[in-house]
Amino acid sequence: MATYNTNEFRGGLKIMLDGDPYSIIENEFVKPGKGQAFNRVKVRNLKTGRVIEKTFRSGESVDAADVMDLGLQYLYNDGEYWHFMDPDTFEQYQASKTAVGDAVNWIKEQDLCSVTLWNGHPLSVEAPNFVTLKIVETDPGLKGDTSGGGGKPATLETGAVVRVPLFVQIDEVIKVDTRNGEYVSRAKDE
Amino acid sequence: MSNWRPCATLGLLRDRAEVLAAIRHFFSERMVLEVDTPALSSAATPDASIESIAVTAGPQQGPLFLQTSPEFFMKRLLCAGSGSIYQLCHVFRNDEQGRNHNPEFTMLEWYRTGFKMFDLIDEVEALMSLLIPEIDTPATRISYHDLFRQTTGLDPASASRADIRALAGELGIVIPENHPDDGLVEMIFNIATASWMKQHPAVIVHHFPASQASLAMLSPEDPDLALRFEYYVDGLELANGFQELADPHEQKRRFEVENARRRERGLQTMPIDEHFLAALDHGLPACSGVAVGVDRILMIRNRQPDIASVMTFPFSRA
Repeated sequence: MATYNTNEFRGGLKIMLDGDPYSIIENEFVKPGKGQAFNRVKVRNLKTGRVIEKTFRSGESVDAADVMDLGLQYLYNDGEYWHFMDPDTFEQYQASKTAVGDAVNWIKEQDLCSVTLWNGHPLSVEAPNFVTLKIVETDPGLKGDTSGGGGKPATLETGAVVRVPLFVQIDEVIKVDTRNGEYVSRAKDE
Repeated sequence: MSNWRPCATLGLLRDRAEVLAAIRHFFSERMVLEVDTPALSSAATPDASIESIAVTAGPQQGPLFLQTSPEFFMKRLLCAGSGSIYQLCHVFRNDEQGRNHNPEFTMLEWYRTGFKMFDLIDEVEALMSLLIPEIDTPATRISYHDLFRQTTGLDPASASRADIRALAGELGIVIPENHPDDGLVEMIFNIATASWMKQHPAVIVHHFPASQASLAMLSPEDPDLALRFEYYVDGLELANGFQELADPHEQKRRFEVENARRRERGLQTMPIDEHFLAALDHGLPACSGVAVGVDRILMIRNRQPDIASVMTFPFSRA
């Protein structure tokens, strides 16, 4: 198995800790004037998303995690798994509910997602930063309101609910920022 | 594109000049002699946690070593009767690069004959309050053991191996199987005290365990303790000092222990400085000495986030 020495540590490096894959967020080299050098790292557990701090004695080696990020196209959901395809190799992958996580609120068929694979299996799925989705349900807005102040809930075709300005109506397509779940604009405004 | 420009701004270059001048003025007023010793030596520190950079230079046969501190040369001057001395110089440490580290950096080192550890601590404080005016209160003074106990609940002297390893695990220290415990206590100390240190503007830690004596003499009252101290500001180590070990036999023994540790870790052993040992044989006057990282003082004075910002050309541009 591939290993990394602590002097190769840098942000984004994927390593194994206690059987789980982690991504290094921050690495700090610490060296007392006289004494043991060590590396303090902030790492994110790629399965749970939890961030923890770990310390390694400098010069030690750590197993590399077989993790890679691929741009995959979302194909369909079979009721249990979400299926993705590599648009270059046509290779297909199935992701569990846990792996898809919050992305389930935003992705629709054909969307290109960033999928993290661990040992060849999807570990997490990230929706595109911006998606365009159709509104399937919302209260009719008050006439004349164009300011967007206040707003109202709207249900999207994926089932997600976002706050939209009062003037936005059913069947309109809107652009949403998936990182904060906020309405950006009407899609046709672009 | 070539990054030929200096890292430090003109303002920081001026501030460095001001700090160097203030240091020289401080010692001149106290009648401490400025000295200038070589950066290259045929010997190097065997300290297993410090890596010297080896170079070759004709007509010398075999490697020479860039000094990681001017300590051995300065102690030879003390043995030759120099009296109290100080030096401002560049020192070199292999593989030390990070936010607070550059492989080449500026060190202030000074020795005071007749000074005991606390006399020198007082002088370090006097210099620091001059160079870092924000430190407007005396530093918190605490012994290594008290600080270790206070921040971990464990007594480093009496804690069992299992307790130490359990504590290391709690602190997130990754200990591979069959890991030698060597260095574990030091890592625990650094991690466990980090947040405590940040709550105190200036801290002096004194009386280190004898296992971390380095070149300090052991306390005559308690041989488990070394007369060693460190000075921290905002959790950043600025100075490391000793009441100096003068016994040539004990010095030689410590060098051999460090070289043995090097062999254990698969590191190259270092040639022992016979000139230095011969000088100790002749006699080192009772003295205390301390090394200070000048670049770090500049970082704190100017609130810079990393050491590179206060250097003309850090390693990445040198």
